[in-house]
Amino acid sequence: MTEKVHLDHAHLLRILEAMIRIRRFEAKCVELYQAQKILGFLHLYDGEEAVSVGIMEALTPQDSIIATYREHGQALARGVDAGCLMAEMMGKLNGCCRGRGGSMHFFDRAHRFYGGNAIVGGGLPLALGVALSDELSKRAAVTACFFGEGAVDEGEFHETLNLAKLWRLPILFVCENNLYSMGTAVERAEADTDFVHKASGYRIEGERVDGMDVVAVESAARRAVERVRATSDPYFLECRTYRFRAHSMFDAQLYRSKEEIEAWRKKGPILRFQGWLESNHLIRPEEVQAIETKVEAEIAAAVVFAEAGALESVAEVERFVTMTEIPT
Amino acid sequence: MSESAPLAITYREACKQALRQALVEDSRVFLMGEDIGRYGGCYAVTKGLLEEFGDERIRDAPLSESAFVGAGIGAAMTGMRPIIEIMTVNFSLLALDQIVNSAVTIPYMSGGQFAVPLVIRMATGGGRRVAAQHSHSLEGWYAHIPGLRVLTPATIDDARYMLLAALVEPNPTLIFEHVMLYNMEGVLTPGVTSVDIDHAAIRRPGRDVSLITYGGGLFKTLDAAETLAKEGIEAEVLDLRTLRPLDSDAILASVSKTRRCVIIDEAWRSGSISAEIGMRIVEGAFFELDAPLRRVCGREVPMPYAAHLEDACLPQRDAIVAAARDLVRPT
Ligand SMILES: Cc1ncc(C[n+]2csc(CCOP(=O)(O)OP(=O)(O)O)c2C)c(N)n1
Repeated sequence: MTEKVHLDHAHLLRILEAMIRIRRFEAKCVELYQAQKILGFLHLYDGEEAVSVGIMEALTPQDSIIATYREHGQALARGVDAGCLMAEMMGKLNGCCRGRGGSMHFFDRAHRFYGGNAIVGGGLPLALGVALSDELSKRAAVTACFFGEGAVDEGEFHETLNLAKLWRLPILFVCENNLYSMGTAVERAEADTDFVHKASGYRIEGERVDGMDVVAVESAARRAVERVRATSDPYFLECRTYRFRAHSMFDAQLYRSKEEIEAWRKKGPILRFQGWLESNHLIRPEEVQAIETKVEAEIAAAVVFAEAGALESVAEVERFVTMTEIPT
Repeated sequence: MSESAPLAITYREACKQALRQALVEDSRVFLMGEDIGRYGGCYAVTKGLLEEFGDERIRDAPLSESAFVGAGIGAAMTGMRPIIEIMTVNFSLLALDQIVNSAVTIPYMSGGQFAVPLVIRMATGGGRRVAAQHSHSLEGWYAHIPGLRVLTPATIDDARYMLLAALVEPNPTLIFEHVMLYNMEGVLTPGVTSVDIDHAAIRRPGRDVSLITYGGGLFKTLDAAETLAKEGIEAEVLDLRTLRPLDSDAILASVSKTRRCVIIDEAWRSGSISAEIGMRIVEGAFFELDAPLRRVCGREVPMPYAAHLEDACLPQRDAIVAAARDLVRPT
C-alpha cells in the first residue's frame, strides 16, 4: 500500500530534523520575545510538533494548507523559510507578510500556505473555498485544514463539515486536540469529547491518532490523504496532543498542574522519537549532533536575516488595504 | 435591429442580465447562495440561471452564511471569481466574521500576496412590511470598513453594469440592491455598456439645494425634487452610487454650488453614512454653506411591521421636500 511509511534512514532523519527545527525556532522566539524584539501574542507549538511534521510528509507541493494562530509548526514543516518567518515575527519588511501579519498570520503564496488565522474556526470555511477552487479548475490537490479542538465549538466548524461532505471536497481536517482551549479543558467544553464521532455525524470518515507519535501521525495522514485523493471526499483526523507551554505568553496557567505538564513532557514527540531511534540503533549520536548543529546554524542565520531586515516605511501603511491588482 | 424604442426592463432583470453576462464571459465566475438555483432566488434574480449554467456554477448553498461566504473568500484568493448572494443584509451578519475578519484582512495581513476578488450581492432596505429582521439598511456599516467596496445601484443602468465593474475590481465588493427597486421598470440607456464605480452621479442638476442620497432613496428624492421645482426651488440630486470609497469631490462640488444640503438615507441617523457625509462637508466646504446641513433618515427604531408605522419610519417625499424648502426659504 502506498500509504505505508517508508522508514528509511534519510526519512527518519528528516522528520526528526523537522521537529527539532520547530522546537528550536520557537525557543529562539521566546528569547526574542523576552528581549522585546517579538511583540504581541506568541502562541507556542511546543509539544505538538509531531502533528504538523507528520501531516506535511503526506502532502505534495500542489496541496494547500490553512492553519491557525499557532502555525509556526505548520509553516516550518511545510518548508517556508525560517528567515522570512522570523523576520515576520519581528515585524520586518523582509518577513513573509512584510510585517503586517505577525506570528498569528503567516501567509506564503509559493507554498500554498493560506494563513494563520487568529479567529478560532475562521479558517475552516476558507478551506472549503480553496478546495472548491481546485475542483472547479480541475487541479488535483488536497487542502489540509488545521484547527484546535476549541474550533469545534464554533458554528463554522459544523457548517464547514456539512458542506465539505455535501459538496465532496478534498479536505483533510486536522483537529489538533491539545486538550485545552486557552484555560478550558476539553471535558469542560464538550458534551461529547469524541471528535471523530462528531465528524461522523456529517458522514465524514475519520480516525484518532496519537499526536505525540510522529510515525503514527504520518502513517495516518498518508492513509487519510490517499483516501481523500481516491474518493474526493473529506477526511477527519483527530491528533491527540499536548502543549507543554502556556497558551500564550500572557498565560499564567492557573488551570492545570505542573505535575500534569511534566507527565506529558515525558511523552514529548521529540524525546520519544529520538529515544526510539537511539534505543533501536537507528541513529548514531553524531547524526543527532549533526542535525542539532545544522538547525542551530539555520536559526542563527534566520535571526541574522530578520535583524538585518528593514522596516516597512510608514508611508506604506495603507498599501494593500485595497488592492490595485490581483497577484498571480 | 428594430427601429422601435428600447424595451423597458425591470431592475431585477437588469441584475440577472449582468449575472448572465458575467457567467458567459468568464469561466471562473460561479454563483453561490441560498435558494439561488432550484428556487430561482428569493427575489427571483437568479431564476433560470441554473437551467442555463448547471449546478456547478449556480451553486445552491444550505443555510450557512458564514461557511459559504468563507468558501467564496477561499475560492477568490485562489483564482476563482465567485459571486455570492446573501438573501438580505440582515443575514449577512451571520457572515460578518468572514467578511470583516477574513475577506478584508487577508490582502493586508498577507502583505499583498493575496487579493480577494469576491462579489457579494444582498438585498437591503424596508418598505415590504416584513418587519425588523428583514428590513434594515446596514450598507453604511459596511462602508465603515477599509478594504471593502460598497456599491448601491439605484438605476437600471447601474443594476445592469455595476456587477461587471465589481468583477474587475480586485477587492471584496458588496452590492446592495434595495428591495423596493426590483420591480421598478426602466430603459437601459442606449449605447451604455459599462459604468464606473468610482464616481457619484448628478441625476438632476439644480442650483438651490443639494439632495444627496443613494440606492432606494433616489426615486423618492427625485420625486421630492419635482415637487420642489413646482415651487420654484431647483434641487440638485446627487446619487452617491458607491458608499465606499465615497466620492467626496462630487459631494463638495455640488454643495459648493448650491450652498445648501439635505442628506437622505434610509438607515438610522446615529453613526451613519449620512453623518460621515455631513462631516466631510463640514471639513471640506464649511465656508461655502449658507445654511445648516439637514438629514432625512430612517427613524431610530427596529423596523415595525404595520404599514403606517413602517411608512412613518422611512424617509418620505414630503419630509425631503419640507427639509429642502426650509433650508432655501427658512420659515
Ligand atoms: C472566535 C474567537 N473567539 C475567541 C478567541 C480567543 N481565543 C484565542 S485562542 C483560544 C482557544 C482556542 O483553543 P483551541 O482551538 O483548542 O486551540 P489551541 O489554542 O489549543 O491550539 C481562544 C478562546 C479567538 N481568537 N477567536
